[in-house]
Amino acid sequence: MAARPFYQDAVDDPYAYAARWKEKQQKPVVAHFCSYTPEELIWAAGALPLRIFGQSERIVAADTHLQSYSCSLVRGALEDALAGRLDFADGFVFPHTCDSIQRLSDIWRLNVPHGFHLDAVLPVKLDTPSARDYLRDIVARFGRDLGHNLGIDISAEALAATVTLYNRLRAGLQALYRLRSERPAVISSSAVHAISRAAMVMDREAFADGLDSLLAELAGCEQPPATRKRLVLSGGLCSMPDIYNLIETAGGDVVWDDFCTGSRYFDGQIGDEQPWLAGIADRYRERMVCPAKHMDLTRRGAHLVDLVAATRADGVIFVLLKFCDPHAFDYPYMKGMLDTAGIPSLLFEIEDQQISAGQVRTRCEAFIEML
Amino acid sequence: MTTPDKTIDEARERRKIKCVKKMKEIMTHYYIDAKTAADQGKKVAWITSGGPVEPLIAMDVIPVYPENHAAMIGASKMGVDLCIQSEEMGYAPDLCSYARADIACAPVEGGPIGGLPRPDMLICCNNICGTVLKWYEAQARFFKVPLFILDTPFCHTEFSEEARRYVRRQIDEYIQFLEQHCGRPFDRERMNAVGRLSIEGQRLWQAVLDTTTHKPAPMSAFDAFFHLALIVTLRGTQTVVDYYTELLQEMQARIAQGISAVENEEYRLLWDNLPIWFRTRWLSEKFAAHNACLVADTYTSAWCSSLQYLREDDFVDTMAEGYSRIYLNIGVDAMAESVMAMIDKYQADGLVMHSNRSCKPYSLGQYDIQRIVREKKKLPTLMIEADMVDERLFAEGPTATRIDAFMEMLKAGQNGARA
Ligand code: SF4
Ligand code: SF4
Repeated sequence: MAARPFYQDAVDDPYAYAARWKEKQQKPVVAHFCSYTPEELIWAAGALPLRIFGQSERIVAADTHLQSYSCSLVRGALEDALAGRLDFADGFVFPHTCDSIQRLSDIWRLNVPHGFHLDAVLPVKLDTPSARDYLRDIVARFGRDLGHNLGIDISAEALAATVTLYNRLRAGLQALYRLRSERPAVISSSAVHAISRAAMVMDREAFADGLDSLLAELAGCEQPPATRKRLVLSGGLCSMPDIYNLIETAGGDVVWDDFCTGSRYFDGQIGDEQPWLAGIADRYRERMVCPAKHMDLTRRGAHLVDLVAATRADGVIFVLLKFCDPHAFDYPYMKGMLDTAGIPSLLFEIEDQQISAGQVRTRCEAFIEML
Repeated sequence: MTTPDKTIDEARERRKIKCVKKMKEIMTHYYIDAKTAADQGKKVAWITSGGPVEPLIAMDVIPVYPENHAAMIGASKMGVDLCIQSEEMGYAPDLCSYARADIACAPVEGGPIGGLPRPDMLICCNNICGTVLKWYEAQARFFKVPLFILDTPFCHTEFSEEARRYVRRQIDEYIQFLEQHCGRPFDRERMNAVGRLSIEGQRLWQAVLDTTTHKPAPMSAFDAFFHLALIVTLRGTQTVVDYYTELLQEMQARIAQGISAVENEEYRLLWDNLPIWFRTRWLSEKFAAHNACLVADTYTSAWCSSLQYLREDDFVDTMAEGYSRIYLNIGVDAMAESVMAMIDKYQADGLVMHSNRSCKPYSLGQYDIQRIVREKKKLPTLMIEADMVDERLFAEGPTATRIDAFMEMLKAGQNGARA
């Protein structure tokens, strides 16, 4: 049995990890909701950026603020806050994404007394020069607002070091995904997923170091090439059930994804050119777009088709969270593009974290058998 | 009852709003015009309900509102079929039913008027929701026509300087987009005239809505839902100004003659959120049976909610702010303030909220608004769970029971207050 993996604590209980980090480092924790949070600035400000996935499974307090037709991420996160599970956080950042997060921000501001509250009202379209300039303006403003709330000025040196660190960390995740895709037997997809998740929680330096050593270790592994079915996951798992094990048990290997908690987190590097802030903003326009933002009409569908070709995948599994509008709107056309390209796909709609394992397994098995 | 039927009929006849006929004529004309646009050598643009229509009018482009069309689908009870069709196309049943109905309509030219005229371009403004962005992307893929997005950053607590610059620049981009796709230059003079008419139309619409501050109210929110169509679709034209002038006169005459929307108005209520289009009649009768009139609503007044930011002498410059700060694009606390101001203005005795399954930006946050109103205004509130178009999400029996219970509570409270 190998030693406990470097990322395990952060994955098992992100809140406990962050609270411990804060105590040990005597530094603030800033929680946020989406991969469009310019978290590099949080790190450069000396704080730990913590992505909230929403842990609560039983919704009690949040029900008096949110209708049952809001997604489980939004409800779970508010429940966590109202139940005091996020009391350790020094502040919360709400980047503009979907209608639900937009209203969650308001409800949070009115009901969660603890921590500072920052809205980063990013543009919704990313494909015009005025949107680029506005995005840069908002990232810069976020840096100022954050510094103000934390009582520090983010220095140019801290930013430069952060950009280097984030580029290393993202390159590491990219390498891990590539390794997984080329030699799936070397590491399980659930481990890869856990590592991606840890990247959004852990001390970023400790994470980057841990990942680099793991990569070095895995590079030496001799493994037979896998013969199982290769799958790409697509969708919006803001809150992730453990679907990886089910897919693996059913005989599939997850070789890539287009999740914001997966490949979109490490997609794209920050350019070397100064100013850093513009580079951080511009990366959002270069990496793959989230369905809550507009790039062009078919970018995500074309990307998915390309991913399948590049990873020599056999099929796609869509994993959509119930009540998630942006993803639900994109699904029909993306599936249509897969159909046209002759790529089989399967859809899972997930109500909340409790997933009916039996049902998913049966459908996975049938799908994989058919491939 | 001893009253002869004839008197009842006469009273009912007296209460009917005469302008309704004219309104129907205008809307019929408008849709015929839109459907024959190509024959007249005109272009058609589909536009979101909160979108900046004035530049289209100035360019002689006919604006078409899928949301208005979807409301007609709802009112004519064709919603469920179309929603089911959209599900067969792969759209989840939890998505906005306006979007679902419209998307399902397009390929089959369905709905009460045999489909909408094909768009030459699409204009999407996200000041009402993020849904329209995805909806218009889908339609742009389907119709293969250019899409312009006016991105109005959400005003949680402020309209930032950064946002002001961004939206202002986009107004110029919008004008360039129109010049490009209409193949002719934009006429600033014409635009100024349209801007003035737009502001005048909005003021008149507000004046019409304000006639219900009179007790008893000469019209109800249900009437407003109907007469709203013009301020949405033809804002910026003389037609709107003329029509609302006439409607305003009719309302003033009704006040003078003591004609009220509800026969024995005793209770005055404020409605929140979109109408339940397939049950407006039923709801109106239900409340009227309790001598309650829905005197105002947050929905129809949204089309004049940013008048304070617009300037007649500089419409193009001020529309950036005007279109960014409309009712749905502001924080929940600002919405609650607005609800409370309406409660005071219209002297409402209670608040009826439609928790609308379709519309997250309107509905999420309602529980907090409800709490704030209860605490600060000490008014009874009612939450109705429904949907504006998809009848499957509405249960008549339980809703009726809840309305009755709410009205009993309200009556008890009022009696108590009077005693
Ligand atoms: S899962 Fe979808 S609806 Fe929920 S927060 Fe994420 S983007 Fe919004
Ligand atoms: S009903 Fe709501 S979600 Fe649907 S288009 Fe209108 S504002 Fe958007």
